[in-house]
Amino acid sequence: MKDFIIPPADWKDDRDMGTPAKQGAPVTLTIDGFEVTVPEGTSVMRAAAEAGIAVPKLCATDSLEAFGSCRLCVVEIEGRRGTPASCTTPVAPGMVVRTQSDTVRKIRRGVMELYISDHPLDCLTCSANGDCELQDMAGAVGLRDVRYTAPEGGMATHFAPRNTSGEANPEWRPKDDSNPYFSYDPAKCIVCNRCVRACEEVQGSFALTIEGRGFDSRVSFGAKTDNALASDCVSCGACIQACPTATLQEKSVIEMGTPDRSVVTTCAYCGVGCSFKAELQGDQLVRMVPYKHGKANRGHSCVKGRFAYGYASHKDRILNPMIRDRVSDPWREVSWDEALGFAAKKLRGIQERYGQKSIGVITSSRCTNEETYLVQKLARAVFGNNNTDTCARVCHSPTGYGLGQTFGTSAGTQDFDSVEHTDVVIVIGANPTDGHPVFASRLKKRLRAGAKLIVIDPRRIDLVKSPHIKAAHHLPLRPGTNVAVVTALAHVIVTEGLMDEAFIRERCDWEAFQDFTAFVSDPRHSPEAVEMLTGVPSAELRAAARLFATGGNGAIYYGLGVTEHSQGSTTVMAIANLAMLTGNIGRPGVGVNPLRGQNNVQGSCDMGSFPHELPGYRHVKHADVREMFERVWGVTLDPEPGLRIPNMLDAAVDGTFKGLYCQGEDILQSDPDTKHVAAGLAAMDCVIVHDLFLNETANYAHVFLPGSSFLEKDGTFTNAERRINRVRKVMAPRNGYADWEITQMLANAMGANWSYMHPSQIMDEIALTTPSFGGVSYSVLEEKGSVQWPCNEAHPDGTPLMHVDGFVRGKGRFIVTEYVATDEKTGPRYPLLLTTGRILSQYNVGAQTRRTENVIWHEADLLEIHPHDAENRGLKDGDWVKLASRSGETTLRAKLTDRVSPGVVYTTFHHPDTQANVITTDHSDWATNCPEYKVTAVQVSPSNGPTDWQEDYAAQAVQARRILPAAE
Amino acid sequence: MTDASAADQSQIQRIIDAHRTLEGPLLPLLHALQDTFGHVPAAAHVPICEALNISKAELHGVISFYHDFRDAPAGRHVLKICRAEACQAMGGAALAESVLAKLGLDWHGTTRNGAVTIEPVYCLGLCACAPAAMVDDRVVGRVDAAKLDKLLAEVGA
Repeated sequence: MKDFIIPPADWKDDRDMGTPAKQGAPVTLTIDGFEVTVPEGTSVMRAAAEAGIAVPKLCATDSLEAFGSCRLCVVEIEGRRGTPASCTTPVAPGMVVRTQSDTVRKIRRGVMELYISDHPLDCLTCSANGDCELQDMAGAVGLRDVRYTAPEGGMATHFAPRNTSGEANPEWRPKDDSNPYFSYDPAKCIVCNRCVRACEEVQGSFALTIEGRGFDSRVSFGAKTDNALASDCVSCGACIQACPTATLQEKSVIEMGTPDRSVVTTCAYCGVGCSFKAELQGDQLVRMVPYKHGKANRGHSCVKGRFAYGYASHKDRILNPMIRDRVSDPWREVSWDEALGFAAKKLRGIQERYGQKSIGVITSSRCTNEETYLVQKLARAVFGNNNTDTCARVCHSPTGYGLGQTFGTSAGTQDFDSVEHTDVVIVIGANPTDGHPVFASRLKKRLRAGAKLIVIDPRRIDLVKSPHIKAAHHLPLRPGTNVAVVTALAHVIVTEGLMDEAFIRERCDWEAFQDFTAFVSDPRHSPEAVEMLTGVPSAELRAAARLFATGGNGAIYYGLGVTEHSQGSTTVMAIANLAMLTGNIGRPGVGVNPLRGQNNVQGSCDMGSFPHELPGYRHVKHADVREMFERVWGVTLDPEPGLRIPNMLDAAVDGTFKGLYCQGEDILQSDPDTKHVAAGLAAMDCVIVHDLFLNETANYAHVFLPGSSFLEKDGTFTNAERRINRVRKVMAPRNGYADWEITQMLANAMGANWSYMHPSQIMDEIALTTPSFGGVSYSVLEEKGSVQWPCNEAHPDGTPLMHVDGFVRGKGRFIVTEYVATDEKTGPRYPLLLTTGRILSQYNVGAQTRRTENVIWHEADLLEIHPHDAENRGLKDGDWVKLASRSGETTLRAKLTDRVSPGVVYTTFHHPDTQANVITTDHSDWATNCPEYKVTAVQVSPSNGPTDWQEDYAAQAVQARRILPAAE
Repeated sequence: MTDASAADQSQIQRIIDAHRTLEGPLLPLLHALQDTFGHVPAAAHVPICEALNISKAELHGVISFYHDFRDAPAGRHVLKICRAEACQAMGGAALAESVLAKLGLDWHGTTRNGAVTIEPVYCLGLCACAPAAMVDDRVVGRVDAAKLDKLLAEVGA
């Protein structure tokens, strides 16, 4: 007799348990003579799986609630009539279950025989051969014969295109290959409903249905006339994951065959940090499958992580180092030694001529923690200055500052699981269904279960209303008025006495709170007073404030619509105030949650990428911190903060900053005011670009070091919930070296003498020097799967929730948040406000996603404009329009929509031929210099096509990308 | 798919508005549309999805599940002939074939003068009086060729 106590979930065990895990009091029952103890509410099927007994099944899978349609999982239960389905039968104390008997065996075989009577027997040539649950189950139930055949002259199957006389079968339907990544073959379908349920329960798109009834039942994408591409499908892959047959299948598997090995790794797209199983044949990637024990994604994925990995083997990828003396010259392919020697000599030469501080680095938020750590170490220890910055400067630097000031840490307070416990959600300045799709699906699931949603955004984003989701309140504010709106929310809560005073007295600085209440109660912060300014109806704002303060667990999720403003840091502090005011900190379901943009932007900040902070957010002015790094690194560190990205570019234009090593970032396209960035780069003597592709920045580079993709190296990424996830090498670097090796070679070419053999040694050094990472090592990650920092002696298992017993800084600090209008104002010449964002299928500057089939969904940036504004200007949908600001102008096509309010226009920045950042200005956050991407005064007018600037730019890019044929 | 006139469009919207607050509004709403227009107009799909906050796939799933919901108007009268077991045993299949042959129609077809649409039905609950048929809302038992001819003449086929 064997007793099963609920075993701790092993992250390496990814068996399908049939139905989802439940929580509840332990219940003990007997299955096939084994005693099993599982939580109340668990299905008999899952209980059996916990005991290692697999009950045959077709319509059940553990990502979906039980459905009970296939009748293959029937069992016998003592004292119960008939043969209940084990998937829909919950366990009961003392239950005695038999999963095998002559009766159930006969039933299962009969059920299987019926299924197979309408399924082709072409297993050997089927794309799911070896990876088909139908095939497995036929084996498991011992199916030996199918007695049912089509009657004479009639056609009783869905799978045969023609009968033996050659007549067409009206029941047969051709494959739907409209989606670039997967194929839908109705002939293989057993109508188990798993795909439809996955689309509804897991993804929440409701793009699939079963049409018809009885024998006519078919899986259908969208409405009657739709195909997969025309439907509401967002290609998340959940249906393909759920399909037990070859009906819904990745085209890559159809082409290549089934994979023979797999490696668990972490997606390199957004800040959600989904875990994936990379499935391969040899070193050829066959598919990426979301990993169900990934704690960020819980087995879900989006179109980017699931399918858009083709860029890693795209023909545009550069695999050899290249150098040139002038940017007007073509590139010359050279050996690694020559390229690194050339770069080192140039950088050292610049330092000799222009001083130690005339060169710097930009670390990447797409590379691993270990690589980022080395790049900032290169600046501090080898260049001998603190000229290091990262793209977080242009996205979440205000988060670091604002949360640091109020709570004491520079990161989100929760894990993503927390959303399952939330009752009221504020989403402000974020568009999760496009930017953080997997989190959006988890949020939508919670909303469908009854949580309330408040959206604060100038645009009517999909979350405001989509099938089965409707925001309780949408506050469509004017871009740039975040502080006024969030302060007005606080005004309502304070003046109506809705705050959580007990929490504030216990956990927060009471004096600061007194100052804050005095400030915020002032009638000039009332919703009515700011209505004219913000455009938000005061009644709606009051109702939203009351809902958030009284609706239970309140969580705030925010994105770059908060930070990328001249008052970005102030808004972050206003959000923190709101959370403290309502007592929504320090338990599941609440908190302040920045949705980080890039896969490792949290990590790049943690690793000391900022010019004023050593790893772990410790200021360079502190001698004790410097001393520790000096001891470990064996060098003397500069106590003065270095240059931020905008300062580097300014200094370059002034002629005092001459050399830059830029890893995995495309500042020319992503940073604001493109013309200024171009001028800065053009003024430098040595620009080293380390990237997969000749990106836009490389047009101004002298050295190109080919990078390695996330599939080709070991390391770690840290996601938006502070989770350190392992990145595992699944194939050898196509360019020869992992990025950390290349940085090390550059450092050594400059005389550093580094000798890291593996990224784990770099992590050990990080753990040694950085208290919040003290307990992190590759062996710990191997054992636990992932951990959330702080992970050290005090928190050996990591920290899913922050500020549980008290704020990191001691007492939470309320900060007065005065609204100061941005200097970027509309006027007669520029009457509209432009705000920028992104779209589901594309990622950031698009360097990766533009090189995948994802372009089918977004082949160009479009300008969203309200029909009123379009009519005034004589614009029709699809017209070329000129978009002009005080900084510059570009052209693109218009899209008329009432998603934006009159007076507001919106575009994305995924395509270099549009260069939306020619338009954006150099206004920036007062505290952190984070650029004000989200507010630009613009004018829109009809146009005939690309501007002169766009044509000149394109011509320069073609010139700058020439590569000389390799010398023999 | 036909473009609905503005009048139809506002009629559709009125029907939707009258039903949207019901608990489980979709089926009563579809019935009301079919009662008004003789079918569920394609022009109603988007406003229904919008009003009930469901996806177009879900709506398609429901409409296609119920054979009685039409996507185009039927003839002025509908003749349903039972094809279930009892009626088949009593010669219903042959009877149905002869009607279709006589009118030159397939199942679900409508006569050229728009008078009648012929549809199959699976059991009218009149097995004791098989073969059975139904003309509009009136059920008829023990039909034979002569009786059917009379029925067809009545409806003007």
